[in-house]
Amino acid sequence: MNFTDISLPHYLTLGGILFALSVIGIFLNRRNLIVLLMAIELMLLAVNMNFIAFSHYLGDMGGQVFVFFILTVAAAESAIGLAILVVLFRNRATIAADELDALKG
Amino acid sequence: MSANLSLTQLVAVPVAPLVGAIVAGLFGKQIGRANAHRITILGVGIAFVLSFMTLLSVVNDGAHFSGTVYEWMNAGGLKMEVGFLIDGLTAMMMCVVTFVSLMVHIYTIGYMEEDPGYQRFFSYISLFTFSMLMLVMSNNFLQLFFGWEAVGLVSYLLIGFWFKKKTAIFANLKAFLVNRVGDFGFILGIGLIASYAHTLNYAEAFDAFTKAGGLASLSFGMGTEWMLITVVCICLFIGAMGKSAQFPLHVWLPDSMEGPTPISALIHAATMVTAGIFMVTRMSPLFELSDTALSVVMIIGSITALFMGFLGIIQNDIKRVVAYSTLSQLGYMTVALGLSAYPVAVFHLMTHAFFKALLFLAAGSVIIGMHHDQDIRNMGGLRKYMPITYWTSLVGSLALIGTPFFAGFYSKDSIIEAASASHLYGVGFAQFSVTAGVFVTAFYSFRMFFLVFHGPERFRNKPFPAEHDEPTPELEEDDAHGHGHGTAHDAHAHAPATAHAHDDHAHADHGHGHDDHHDHEPHETPWVVTLPLVLLAIPSVVIGGLGIKSMLYGSFFGGAIAYNTEKHPAMEELAKEFNERGGALGMGLHAFASVPFWLALLGVVLAYIMYIVKPSLSEAAAKVFRPITVILENKYFFDWFNENVIAAGARLLGRGLWKGGDQGLIDGLAVNGSARLVGFVAGVVRLVQTGHLYWYALVMILGVFGLLTWQLLPYFQSIAH
Repeated sequence: MNFTDISLPHYLTLGGILFALSVIGIFLNRRNLIVLLMAIELMLLAVNMNFIAFSHYLGDMGGQVFVFFILTVAAAESAIGLAILVVLFRNRATIAADELDALKG
Repeated sequence: MSANLSLTQLVAVPVAPLVGAIVAGLFGKQIGRANAHRITILGVGIAFVLSFMTLLSVVNDGAHFSGTVYEWMNAGGLKMEVGFLIDGLTAMMMCVVTFVSLMVHIYTIGYMEEDPGYQRFFSYISLFTFSMLMLVMSNNFLQLFFGWEAVGLVSYLLIGFWFKKKTAIFANLKAFLVNRVGDFGFILGIGLIASYAHTLNYAEAFDAFTKAGGLASLSFGMGTEWMLITVVCICLFIGAMGKSAQFPLHVWLPDSMEGPTPISALIHAATMVTAGIFMVTRMSPLFELSDTALSVVMIIGSITALFMGFLGIIQNDIKRVVAYSTLSQLGYMTVALGLSAYPVAVFHLMTHAFFKALLFLAAGSVIIGMHHDQDIRNMGGLRKYMPITYWTSLVGSLALIGTPFFAGFYSKDSIIEAASASHLYGVGFAQFSVTAGVFVTAFYSFRMFFLVFHGPERFRNKPFPAEHDEPTPELEEDDAHGHGHGTAHDAHAHAPATAHAHDDHAHADHGHGHDDHHDHEPHETPWVVTLPLVLLAIPSVVIGGLGIKSMLYGSFFGGAIAYNTEKHPAMEELAKEFNERGGALGMGLHAFASVPFWLALLGVVLAYIMYIVKPSLSEAAAKVFRPITVILENKYFFDWFNENVIAAGARLLGRGLWKGGDQGLIDGLAVNGSARLVGFVAGVVRLVQTGHLYWYALVMILGVFGLLTWQLLPYFQSIAH
């Protein structure tokens, strides 16, 4: 199998699979909010994959620049998210997604 | 418009009592008791003097006034104003009202001497005088209605003057409610007039109807057409029935005797109850256009005249006897109205005002003398103890039964004769009623008279102690306030929660400061009480003979009263006979040969036999006519009917509307129903809000997915093709 055989559709498919996995991860996960954060990271990575694939395909470096931005923002977001989780755990003594339903109408 | 009737003078007539009422009512505490009666008597005195001057200029110079005093609103061409119409009818009514009112004011000084509500009482009766004057002086329907309602209000206030007494509160509510029924008809009539004639002014409205000749019709939209004029007249007459206590709206008047005696005399005998008679007379141009309405008026009057008289026979409360007599006499006036003999009705109104006020005040005097026992079976032989009251009562009773040459004779005899001159439908019944009524009147009047003033002195042992005998034991409690003697009693009246205590002490407890009559001996009343009696006795004798010629057959009423001589010849024929017999004197002499006189004499003699010569006879009669007595004692079951059918029906309707309409429909369906609907929708929608983070995220993703799909669908479709 030639490496060059790997074309744009393959990358896009991988991105799609990653995205679908992260969506499934979001709502199948009932126990741990950290897994939820991880699923969101995965979703961003799927997007990044698309950016890079298109960037390479179109020969435009702008797409890869955006990936760096996204990675940075995602890192910051994770940091904030984890910090929130720490506070939440202190207050509620749990981070199980199932039990955090204060918004229930 | 005559120059000699100044507007200022006319305005002063109603305003003077109003000022008195306001001062005594609002500043009664500050000015004290004596000043309260001084200022109100001054006010009414001024009104009387000015009214009398007005009457003189109307009689002597033919003065006439009709005009607006103040226009307070003009809505859609409908002028609403305060205006006066002064002619013979008005001037006469003004004099009667102010004169009787003045007498009652003076009398009240004695009667209410120790009542804690002294100033309030004077304020009310002055306010009444003002209202009544506004009613009679009006030149438009609106002011008439204002006066009409105002006198009704004051009547309500005065019947319930002793507001701690349950029966009084019941009675004043009853009076108010029954009057509402009448007023409902009255305002419908006024509304019809306003909508047809587009004016509230008497003269303009009469013109509008007379021009149409009473031919306009009123459609109720169900294929029925009514003569508008008949509907208008009957509506107006329903108002008169309420105010003048005509069958079947008469039920409130006997109960109104719960109020103090002076107002029984002023309001419920002499003036207010005659407002209906006055109003129909004022509307005579309208009533003349409808024979149907006149027949209704006459028949209602006949029923009242006869059947209410019967009730007077079995009453034992002195005030109630006089009250039923008033009902019966009002029936006579109404019959006269129905016969188109309006001047006769007004004439009887005037004479009746004097002798009935006299009888009532005399009854009040007897009540004072008897230490507030009102049961005539406990009286007897009072002639010796109360000579002035005796003689004035005799004059009043003789006038009432129509003894020749007394005032009542001329007016009553004219009514009886008018009945024979009419050809209206139902006149036979009216003729029978008024003739038989003479006998009944004579019988109950002298039954009361003999029981009170003659015979054995039953007051020493009181065969009928009111506590056990009276169906309403609180009946006499009212007059417990009006004691003219002793100060200890005053403390009773001031004490809180006296309502029950009074029941007892009014009858049994005579120890409260009455040291001078341990033995229950009656006594003559003070001069403030007897003076009005004497002053009222004078017109009760002479006013009939003096007034009959000018009032009935002269030009006294001028254009105030209209009647159609071709259709309703009663007045014409009366005048013819009057002249044939040679005036008032001849009429009196001729009476000795007429049926009514002998009927009256028979009534008196029968009363004398049954209650003085052979008292056992009356008991026997009561036994023999037991079924009739039961009916009479229950007042033809009217109160029963009203309470169990009309009031209960109204309550049932109210309950139905409350439960079904208010609670079911409005509360249940509209208010709570919409809340429940919102709640239900919210209950469904809230299921979406699980509170779980992943759920929101999923919904967001699905949303984005859906949105994208929707946006990109055309693109995919274009590729597919």
